[in-house]
Amino acid sequence: MFRNLKITCDQATTICDKNQYSEASIKDKIRLYIHLILCRICVKYTKQNTTLSNLYKGHAQYCKDVKHCLSGKDKEDLKASLEKNKE
Amino acid sequence: MMEEKHALTPNQWIDNYADYLYNFTISRVNNSDLAKDLLQETFLAGLKSAKNFQGKATERTWLVSILKRKIIDHYRKINSKKGQAEVRIDFYDDGENKGSWIEERVPQNWDNTSEKQIEREELRNQLGACIDKLPEKYAMVFRMKTVQEFETEEICKELGITSSNLWVMIHRARIQLRKCMEDNWFNN
Repeated sequence: MFRNLKITCDQATTICDKNQYSEASIKDKIRLYIHLILCRICVKYTKQNTTLSNLYKGHAQYCKDVKHCLSGKDKEDLKASLEKNKE
Repeated sequence: MMEEKHALTPNQWIDNYADYLYNFTISRVNNSDLAKDLLQETFLAGLKSAKNFQGKATERTWLVSILKRKIIDHYRKINSKKGQAEVRIDFYDDGENKGSWIEERVPQNWDNTSEKQIEREELRNQLGACIDKLPEKYAMVFRMKTVQEFETEEICKELGITSSNLWVMIHRARIQLRKCMEDNWFNN
């Protein structure tokens, strides 16, 4: 049973990443926490991952607030291209 | 009761939908020239297949569905490019200690983690630069999941990938981003 719970650092950090989006399963979380008891490097990764997730959230909010628009020239070019293809 | 049938008005597409569709595209590909090309292809494909429009969906929904197909085509193209030099750094041992950290890639302590830093424009620029350094397919999936906050199922459906593929790509994107931010921000 316990053999199934043993995972590598690669698997642990993958679960840790998935957990940042609250999408890790209970089984995955148990495997991750057992791994973290034994691996200080992955503990560090997990802590830093939380910092990064906060950073990404701030970045996501900033990106959502920015609205991208086409310039007048871009729109004219698109119109010209459509007209040409209608013919 | 008769359902209302929608009609196409190609003469007004640019004025009515160009900005919306451009925003939709750039949030996925993050490259304005590419977004403009995809937009142009979408409108042209719309013109070509106008005769197939049944009027069940709105004009905008119909154009979005064409654009989504164009984005998938682009994603598949970048995903299958043979010989493309992918900047992929290995972080885990592949030999005897398969899956364990490679010594020189182990996360380092960070000097620079105060919350205030998160507000700074410089930090945002550095993060943007690190995302831009990711292989395009990882960057695209990372942006859709983390920046645009799409549901996993929606991304998989839109890009035609499995959820396992998605999580592997997210993990590879995040571990490379972590290293880039460590080298260029936290320990710089």
